[in-house]
Amino acid sequence: MDKAQSLETYKLDKALDSFNYQQVQDDIMGILERGSGVMIDMSACNYISSTGLRVLLCSKKVAAAKGLKICLSGISDEVKDIMNVTGFINFFDYA
Amino acid sequence: MLRVDLFPTHEYKGLKLRAGRPYPFGATVIGNMVNFSVYSRYATDCTLVLFHNREEKPFIEIPFFREFRLGNVFSMIIFDLDYENIEYGFRMDGPFKPEEGHRFDRSKILLDPYARLITGRDVWGQQPNWDSLYQYRARVLLNDFDWEDDLPLETPVNDLIVYEMHVRNFTCGAGSGVRHQGTFAGIIEKIPYLNELGVNCVELMPIHEFDEFENKRTSPINGSQLYNLWGYSNVGFFAPKAAYAASGRFAMQADELKNMVKQLHRNGIEVILDVVFNHTAEGNEQGPYISYRGIDNKTYYMLTPDGHYYNFSGCGNTMNCNNPNVRDMIVESLRYWVTNYHIDGFRFDLAAILGRDQNGNPMSNPPLLESLAHDPILGKTKLIAEAWDAGGLYQVGSFPSWGRWAEWNGKFRDSMRRFLKSDDQVLSDVKERIIGSPDLYASQGRGIKASVNFITAHDGFTMMDLVSYNSKHNEDNGEDNRDGENNNNSWNCGCEGKTDNPVINELRHRQVKNAITMLMVSQGIPMILSGDEMGNSQQGNNNAYCQDNEIAWLDWNDLQKNADIFRYFKKIIKFRRMHKVLRYEDNLRHQDYLGYGYPDFSWHGVKAWQPESGHDNLTLAFMLNGQYAKNDGVPDDFIYVAMNMHWEMHGFELPKLPQGMAWHVFANTGIQTPYDIFEPGEEPVVENQNEVLVGPRSIIILVGR
Repeated sequence: MDKAQSLETYKLDKALDSFNYQQVQDDIMGILERGSGVMIDMSACNYISSTGLRVLLCSKKVAAAKGLKICLSGISDEVKDIMNVTGFINFFDYA
Repeated sequence: MLRVDLFPTHEYKGLKLRAGRPYPFGATVIGNMVNFSVYSRYATDCTLVLFHNREEKPFIEIPFFREFRLGNVFSMIIFDLDYENIEYGFRMDGPFKPEEGHRFDRSKILLDPYARLITGRDVWGQQPNWDSLYQYRARVLLNDFDWEDDLPLETPVNDLIVYEMHVRNFTCGAGSGVRHQGTFAGIIEKIPYLNELGVNCVELMPIHEFDEFENKRTSPINGSQLYNLWGYSNVGFFAPKAAYAASGRFAMQADELKNMVKQLHRNGIEVILDVVFNHTAEGNEQGPYISYRGIDNKTYYMLTPDGHYYNFSGCGNTMNCNNPNVRDMIVESLRYWVTNYHIDGFRFDLAAILGRDQNGNPMSNPPLLESLAHDPILGKTKLIAEAWDAGGLYQVGSFPSWGRWAEWNGKFRDSMRRFLKSDDQVLSDVKERIIGSPDLYASQGRGIKASVNFITAHDGFTMMDLVSYNSKHNEDNGEDNRDGENNNNSWNCGCEGKTDNPVINELRHRQVKNAITMLMVSQGIPMILSGDEMGNSQQGNNNAYCQDNEIAWLDWNDLQKNADIFRYFKKIIKFRRMHKVLRYEDNLRHQDYLGYGYPDFSWHGVKAWQPESGHDNLTLAFMLNGQYAKNDGVPDDFIYVAMNMHWEMHGFELPKLPQGMAWHVFANTGIQTPYDIFEPGEEPVVENQNEVLVGPRSIIILVGR
C-alpha cells in the first residue's frame, strides 16, 4: 500500500444504524470509487448498530480490494467498547 | 441476473409481500427481503405479528394467505423491511383440546421456535414489563461474521482437558478484575488465565436464551431475589443468552459470542456447549405460553394419552425428541451452532431422554442419537451425553453411541470420591476408572475416549466443599434443604464447614490435591469444575442453581489464599499434557505386546508387581510404560503412581526401570508446598530407587527416564 496515499475525511453523524446505513455506505463507496482512501471521522458518533458495524467492515474490505486504506478516528469510548467486545475493533487502522 | 420470483405479489397495509420459502424455518434475510417460515402440523391459521423494537403494541399483523402455505408450513417474504428495528412473533389458530394434546390460543403472541436472536431479557436481572403480551421477542439476525481463518479446532478428544464453567459465575465475583463481569467479553479477558491454568477446552453451562426470572423464590436467609442462574431451561434453541453479552442491550450478543469463540480458538481452547433439549421453560400445564406450546403442542411435547405432560426431566415437561419434526429441529440447532458459531462440541443435559420414544419408552436405536452420530456437519463435533435422566433411566456405559458419543462417567465421580474418603469397598472399581473404565466401555469397542472423567461438576459439591462438608447445606435455596444430591460421598476431614484448625485445613488441601491427581492420571477425558483450581467453596451448597451471588460466583482472591492448590493444578495439568502415556485413546492391554521388556500398563502394590499386596484395600500403585506412547517416534517416560488412601504411612517397593534410567519425583501430595509438586521435566531424582514412603492419604507420582 502506498503510504503517502491521500485519505478523504468522511464524518459520521451521531449514529450509524439501519436508518442511515445506506447513505453512509453509498458515500464511502463513492469516495473509494474515486480512488481515494477514507478517514472516517467518528467523533460525533455515539451509537453504532450491528448494521453500522457491517458497513464499516464491508467498506474496509472493498477498500482493501482496491489497495486503498480505511482509517477510523475520534471513536468514543462507548463505540470503542462495543467494537471491542464484538471483535470489530481488530479489523481497522486508527488515526 | 434478477430472479423472476423475487418481486412482490401482494400488498398488505403498505407492506409488499409474496409467498415465502418454506425452508429454512425461522427468519432469514435475503437481500432486501426477509423470509419468515414456521411449521405447525395442527394449526389451522397463522398470523405474523410485527413490532417496532421494544414497543408493546404491534404495528401490523399480517395473515398468512392461503397461497403462503405449503404442506404444514406457513411462509412469507416481506420486502424492504427495516429488520434491525423489527421484533416478530406469531399468532396460531387451532383447537384448544388439551385432552387431545392441542393448546392453541390465538390471544397469545408466540416466539418463533427457530428465533436466532431473542430480546426481552437483555440485561441480567433487569425487571421486565410483566404485563407485556410478548415477553421473549424474536429479532432477525444477519448471520455474517468475519471468522477469517477460524474453524473448530478438532483437538483429539483424548487430548482434551475440559473446564466446566458458567458465564456469570466465572467473572462476577470479587477480584475478577474484568471490565465486563459475567459476560462473553469477560471470558475473553480471562483467556490469559485459562492459558496459565493449561486447560484446552471450556464447557459452558447453558448459553441458550433462558429467563433468569423463572425462579420466583426469595432467599429464606435474607429475602433477596433468587434466580434461575444456571439456565437449564430453554426459551430458544437457536439464540444466545442476550444478558450474557456486554453488548446484549444493543442486540449484538451473536457477534460477541462469535468473537469469544474466535479468540478462544486462537488460544487453542475449544468451546463445548451444554445443551438442554430435554425440556423447555414452558413447564407443565400451569406454565406460560412462550412458543412451542402455542405453535404445536402435540408435536413438541411428550404427552400422556390424555394430553398431560410427561415429566422425565423433573422440570414439568419433556421435549418430544423422537418426533421426526422435533428431531429435525434439534439437528438443525446443533448444525447451526457449529456452522455459525464454530462450536467444537456439545454436552447433552439428561441425554437419556433423547433416546425415549414418543410414549417415553427407551429405544434400543434411538433415531435422534443415530442421526447426530452420523450427521455430516457434526462429523467431527464432540458429542457428550449426560447418560441419565430424571425418570430413572441410567445409561452410563450403555448409552447408544455408534462409536461417536462420549459420556459423563458418573461412576468415575462416585468411585473416586469414595476412595478419597478411605472407603475400603471400592478398590476394584477405582482400578477400572483409572484405566479408562473398560468395564463400561470396552464391550462396545468405544475405547477410553468414551469416558469423560470428573470428580466434581456443577451438580454437587465443589472440590473444596467435597472435603469440607459431610452434608449439603442448601437452606439458602428456599426449598428447606430438600433440593440437591443427598448421596455426596463427601468427608469434611473432621469438622463441618470452615475452620481455623490448621491440621484440618492442611488435610483438606491435601485431599484436593489427591482428587485432582486421581483425575489427571486416569485414562479418559478429564473435566475440571471451574473454581476448583483456586479452592472455591459454595459454603456447602451443592445445588447453587439459583444463587446469583457470592455463593456461586468465584472469589478470585482465593487464588492467593489457596495459592498452593492453584500451583498444583497448573503443574499437574501441564504434566498430563506433556505425557502422552496418560492420554491413550484405546484400551490398555496390560501386556508387553511389542516386546519392550515391560507391559504397556501394570498394577503394583506395596510390593512391586504384586497388586494384591496392599493395606485394607486402600493402597494401589500402577506403572505406565512410555515406550508404548511415542510422540513422533520418541518414547514417553515411564510413570509410576502410588496412592495411599490409608490413614497411615506405607512404603511402596518400586519396580526396577530399564538400565540407565532412574525414578524422579514429580508430585507428592503428602509434602508441603513447594515440594509437593515440581515443574514437569525438571523433577529431582529419588534418593532411594527401591522404595518410596507414601504418607497418610497421599499420592506420589514418579517419572522414570
